[in-house]
Amino acid sequence: MTFRDWRRRALSSVMIGLSMAAVLAALIPVALILFFVLAKGIGSINWAFFTHMPAPVGEVGGGMANAILGSLTMVGLGALIAVPLGVIAGIYLSEFHGSTFASVVRFSADTLNGVPSIVIGVFVYAIFVLPVKHFSALAGGAALGVMMLPVITRTTEELLRLVPMALREGAYALGATRSRAMFTVVLPAALPGILTGIILALARTAGETAPLLFTSLNNQFWSTSLNKPMASLTVQVYTYATSPSEDWHRQAWAGALVLVMIVLVCSLAARFATRRLERMHTGH
Amino acid sequence: MKFRLTTGAIASVIVFIVAGIAWTLWDQAALAIHKFGWQFWQTSIWDPVSGEFGARPFIWGTLYSAILAILISTPIAIGIAVFLSDWCPASLRAPLVFVTELLAAIPSIVYGLWGIFVLVPAVREFQVALPDWIRAMPMFSGPPVGVSMLSAALVLAIMIIPYTSSIAREVLKSVPATQREAAYALGATRWEATRVALHYARTGIFGAVMLGFGRALGETMAVTMVIGNNPQVKWSLFAPQYTMAAVIANEFSEAADELHLDALVEIGLVLFAITLIVNVGSRLLLWQMNRERKPKQRATAPAEEAA
Repeated sequence: MTFRDWRRRALSSVMIGLSMAAVLAALIPVALILFFVLAKGIGSINWAFFTHMPAPVGEVGGGMANAILGSLTMVGLGALIAVPLGVIAGIYLSEFHGSTFASVVRFSADTLNGVPSIVIGVFVYAIFVLPVKHFSALAGGAALGVMMLPVITRTTEELLRLVPMALREGAYALGATRSRAMFTVVLPAALPGILTGIILALARTAGETAPLLFTSLNNQFWSTSLNKPMASLTVQVYTYATSPSEDWHRQAWAGALVLVMIVLVCSLAARFATRRLERMHTGH
Repeated sequence: MKFRLTTGAIASVIVFIVAGIAWTLWDQAALAIHKFGWQFWQTSIWDPVSGEFGARPFIWGTLYSAILAILISTPIAIGIAVFLSDWCPASLRAPLVFVTELLAAIPSIVYGLWGIFVLVPAVREFQVALPDWIRAMPMFSGPPVGVSMLSAALVLAIMIIPYTSSIAREVLKSVPATQREAAYALGATRWEATRVALHYARTGIFGAVMLGFGRALGETMAVTMVIGNNPQVKWSLFAPQYTMAAVIANEFSEAADELHLDALVEIGLVLFAITLIVNVGSRLLLWQMNRERKPKQRATAPAEEAA
């Protein structure tokens, strides 16, 4: 082996080593974040955290019951808007994917996906909060809905396009119209995947803070009115994290742990669900 | 036809929302745009109480932090993409992809919380531990407070790694196998074959980096919590600074008079415009990469037959 060959092989090994180091460089922050959230949050997760109201300033204890309810309410509201719209838009994109207007819609969805969440907050503020002059859960839900919409649309489109053409053709051969083939054959075939995608989108949106800061604001009290400001887990974590109170920091970590658990559990569940789906499709 | 019209009409809602965002921001910022003009972006004094609004520090902070973030994250993200697409044992691939993509799933607020209580103290200690001659340099000057440009850039870099690496991985996966095979046939080492693939995919990889850049520009909560929120234009990595997204997050709900609110909306409008340009640019690059591939494959096919 000449020196030149030796050098080339050595360089190859060094580059492979560097790429492994890059993977490590990404794994370390994941591990650090999960470790700290778990270590600092686990001690404050108790029954009171889920069932009690926030304690008044200066008092120790209390929980985030109202914030948890608020997050669920607003994610639910957002889903109520975004799921039907997104699924139908996805159906349009997959059925007429070659048309010019489909390209415009797809481009808009990708653009909307890239709009900073804080800008979506400003937009929703201008159309939902400014005219009525008060913050509301409704505005918060709308902001979250706008965040979810492009994700659900694109996921639905991609999954529908994975359905084998033969299935559609079978339906057409039996005399089904395009819409009937879609709703009775194609959509049911892709539904498990679409549901998985929707759950992932909801879990991610539940972790959004910026679009809620000046749409639903925050609320220290128990409130179920959609027309009033509403607390959310994320805004509450933000408020507590930036406060000087030690006890509030403790609760912020607990809130963060809950948020991380939500995305972690949903991502893991989605991973196992998609693996099962893949096996079903390939028949193994 | 009815099916097409109905679903198309519903899909058009997405187009209207994007147009609506642009129009609403433009309309709402009209007062500030009219009153300040270009002066708004050229002055550095931000004092809502006395009605002085200069947004230069915010645009500086946003661009500086995002550029630092891509400088840190790009080598790591490309390294991950290369490892996962070319060199990783098949059994490790799926779990590694899952873990790196988990970085994208962790909420921004959690990064912020971790940033305040773990990263910021670590940056402060790092700064204190630096030798004096380094701390005398303008890049590293300033009192050790921890909340700083460096903290923000580090958090941003971690947050955008999964976006860049997953797109870069897809781009590398789409490089025709013939490219790497040809390199191996000429006696290339593994790295040399990968270099061929990287060169072939360079347009798409640049698109992936730009996509990460777009994410970094718009990131709000984590940055707001660690950057120090001090409107100043400084090169120092240890100086507390401010970004466009952060000033909106901090002041929007408390903006008392209309001018203050409109000034913040104008910042939002420009942030929207910048991220739009960056995102569209990256999509165009990725799209061009896909389009380029087809004729090239056709061009190589007869040569293969001849051989």
